[in-house]
Amino acid sequence: MSTAGLLGALAQVVVVVAGAPLLVGLMRQVRARLEGRAGAGVGQPWRDLRKLSRKQAIAPIGTGPVFRAAPSLLLGTALVTAAVVPLASLRSPLDCGVDLFAVVAVLALGTTALVLAGLDTGTAFGGMGASRGITVLALVEPTILLAVLALSIPAGSTNLATIVAAAQQSPTRQLAPVSLLAAVALGVVIIAETGRLPVDNPTTHLELTMIHEAMVLEYAGPDLAVVELASAARLTVLLGLFTSLFLPWGVTSGLVGLPLALLLLVGKVAALGVLVAAGEVFAAKLRLFRVPELLAGSFLLALLAAAGSYFLTSGGLP
Amino acid sequence: VNPAGAGFAVALGLGAAGAVAGCLAPAGRRAVVVGVATAGCGVAAVAAGLAGMSGQGWALWLPQLLPLTGLRLAIDPLGGLFIALTGAVTVCAAVFGIGYTRGHVALCGRVPQAVFPLFVTSLLLVPAAAGVGTLLVAWESMALCSTLLVLTEHRRGPQVISAGRWYAVMTHLSLVALLLGMVGFATAAGGDSYSALRDAHLSGAGASAVFVTTLVGFTTKAGLVPLHVWLPRAHPEAPAHVSVLMSAAMVTTGVYGVVRVGLDLLGGGPGWWWLAVLCLGLVSALYGVLQACVAGDLKRLLACSTTENMGLAVVGVGAAGFLRAQGAGHLAGLALTAAFLHLVAHAAVKTVLFAAAGSVAQATGTRDLDEMGGLAARMPVTGTLFAVGALGACALPLGAGFPGEWLLLQALVHALPVGGTATAVVVPVAVAVIALTAGLATVAFVKAFGVGFLARPRSPGAAGASEADPIASAGLVLGGGVCVLLAVWPGLVVDRLSDAVASAGVPAASMDGAGLMLRLQVVSGSFGPLLLAVSVVAASGAAAVAVRFMHGGRVRRRARLWDCGAGAPTARMQYTATAFAEPLQRIFEDVLRPDADLEVAPHAESAYYLQRVAYRLKVPDRVEERLYRPVLNTVRRVGVASRRLADGRVHRYLSYGFLAFTGLLIGLAVTR
Repeated sequence: MSTAGLLGALAQVVVVVAGAPLLVGLMRQVRARLEGRAGAGVGQPWRDLRKLSRKQAIAPIGTGPVFRAAPSLLLGTALVTAAVVPLASLRSPLDCGVDLFAVVAVLALGTTALVLAGLDTGTAFGGMGASRGITVLALVEPTILLAVLALSIPAGSTNLATIVAAAQQSPTRQLAPVSLLAAVALGVVIIAETGRLPVDNPTTHLELTMIHEAMVLEYAGPDLAVVELASAARLTVLLGLFTSLFLPWGVTSGLVGLPLALLLLVGKVAALGVLVAAGEVFAAKLRLFRVPELLAGSFLLALLAAAGSYFLTSGGLP
Repeated sequence: VNPAGAGFAVALGLGAAGAVAGCLAPAGRRAVVVGVATAGCGVAAVAAGLAGMSGQGWALWLPQLLPLTGLRLAIDPLGGLFIALTGAVTVCAAVFGIGYTRGHVALCGRVPQAVFPLFVTSLLLVPAAAGVGTLLVAWESMALCSTLLVLTEHRRGPQVISAGRWYAVMTHLSLVALLLGMVGFATAAGGDSYSALRDAHLSGAGASAVFVTTLVGFTTKAGLVPLHVWLPRAHPEAPAHVSVLMSAAMVTTGVYGVVRVGLDLLGGGPGWWWLAVLCLGLVSALYGVLQACVAGDLKRLLACSTTENMGLAVVGVGAAGFLRAQGAGHLAGLALTAAFLHLVAHAAVKTVLFAAAGSVAQATGTRDLDEMGGLAARMPVTGTLFAVGALGACALPLGAGFPGEWLLLQALVHALPVGGTATAVVVPVAVAVIALTAGLATVAFVKAFGVGFLARPRSPGAAGASEADPIASAGLVLGGGVCVLLAVWPGLVVDRLSDAVASAGVPAASMDGAGLMLRLQVVSGSFGPLLLAVSVVAASGAAAVAVRFMHGGRVRRRARLWDCGAGAPTARMQYTATAFAEPLQRIFEDVLRPDADLEVAPHAESAYYLQRVAYRLKVPDRVEERLYRPVLNTVRRVGVASRRLADGRVHRYLSYGFLAFTGLLIGLAVTR
């Protein structure tokens, strides 16, 4: 375990936690401006978090320890992924123990905790959100793992640092059809996982359309602050993972390049966030039962990417 | 003294003693005496199995004991693995069984108590058999004992008898297939013992015939599609401690059989065998988990998940055989290790889950998830352990099932570049199916735990539930401890699997399982379950501390749930298990084909007012409807039609005799 790796992972976690609400604020601001509104400013999510954290914690009658523990677990899983994904540093001390499969599964663990919390409230909203959330989670899984498969073929490993390092060594590979297919598939999946349009509307409070918001309806005060921070951190980490896999420039294994790498990370994720937000202005939410079609489409792309990675990259045609 | 042989002898002796005690002990003490003897049998079996796995082999031939072939027993590392697994499950099941059966008239009867240790003994004999005759005898006694045990509570209703009938027919179908295959194999090899079968080096069409026939027999026992139909019937109706043994230990003998016959005795064979096995596993995994998602009966859900998990293990076995045929030995070893690790994890998980489900059924009087709820508060120990088991069954990190699935995915991922075109087609599909299976398993077990144990009770039975018997809970705690150990330290098992893999005729996976990290050697990849668990727990703990710090020592205010201003929500407003799975059921409508029936009766005065709305939903097993119903209907029609042959008139029967006799004479006259 090197000092550079430890510092790098720590810096990643700090940047993700500090920057995640700002990213959400930035995306809301972009949407507001494009829709002709003034917007609340980039710092609004942080102000919301401060407000929420000062309130008294609530224990809704009838809920149990699962409801109480879920926000912490959600944030915990997001922090672990922030530490392990090579967002800026290739030398995370967790890298030897947590590969891309494990990262995907850790994020799913966080979602599962939230789904159970939704069920624990015993309200119709909680159950509805839980049922929908877990359905999306189940359908997203094959696409993610196929994209992982496609990306791990050229590197020969599923360990994230190896994949990113291999991508850095041959920059032209990012333009190969396999990589592009995997990028599109993974992009759709990230949108579904983080509850953005057109799968879920992060600003809705209409029960018929809610997924994420319905699950967290009973949270208030500090608990809600943690849930909000965790969702923002998940969004940031997933966008960061996307940039590391497909635009890996700047990610470093040393200590010297770390500040620059962090700056580049902020820039890349912010740019990606602006893109997503701008896209959302023009998208309408899909009907819940049209979402599987979208995910099936992305699954097909991932399947093509995985099969293509054999036929195209290894020159394996018999 | 050979430790494997001594341990095995002690295990058999204690099993027999338990059976005798079950017959003789007074009803009040029967459960305890039988349970203690059976648990002892399990402990001895674990010792014997571990000794066998470490290479201290043991063999025995008693020619007088069994006609024609004699009793042949041997413990090699492969058999040792399954003996140890069965033994460990037996310990938990027996301890749980004491608490579960005592004071219960039907469960404490002489027959069920005496047959239970016999069932364990026959389960131990299957992997220890070293000859065709011995294997078949052990297989059949396993089938008979388990059939008797399934029928223990036959007075509860016709569904128990129906389950017993289905199980008896299917398990004997398995025996017939096995009898045909193995006897044919022994004839071709000219010997009964496994070593003779191995030396025969059967190949070509004969080997394929043996493989396919025995595959039918073994996959029936493993509960793979389309031969799984007995599983969702027999597991729910059997008493819980029997379900534990059946689901955690008995079904694994099917996988053992495929490995033993296909990889070991037949020596691998061509790639298409294993491609077929792999596809069978994928179909079973997906179909099983889909059925589990829509199941409303808790034990049926667990039974369907058993089909899923056996499917995944068989995917590993199929991948191992296929990769070996392709010449990628080191990956084959990895895949087989993954399959074995998955079997071990599944055994631990299902032990806990079936036992917890039994406690719940006893406490609430129902197995229907739609009538449960709020059990985590009423049965804290059972609820917590069910959560541990459910986490293991979902293949999420921190759960017992994750390391096995991780290894399996690693084997497949690294197989893609080395194989031919067939690999390039199969591997992505396999990875996708495994991923979808993992996702759907999460749905199924979130449903089981979230609807069954969280929120508020949906029926008076659930509201009045109380914690299970302390001894039953002790059995659960044992199983839960193993689950946690497997989740954070799978290297403990993986290190001991290399000999078992090697004795299945596959080069052992080069893997550094020592310590807490699983590190693959030839290919790149590593996974540290303990590191992951510690970091997730530490990060979540930090978040929890932060929340506590934020509300700075103030007490949490108890507040009403959000009710839209319409008064406190009732328990009936909660999502039920059926409602929870409805989106999935809709998405997979083409596969599941649910029978939904909506009856709307309008008011006589006006069509706009409704008098009554009735909605019925049933998700039948499509395979059963399409494949078994036609066969059963034909058999029934033939039976009814042939009833006309026997109308009770004596002269008719005499004429049958006369016609048969003259027919025989004419036949003899023509052929001679």
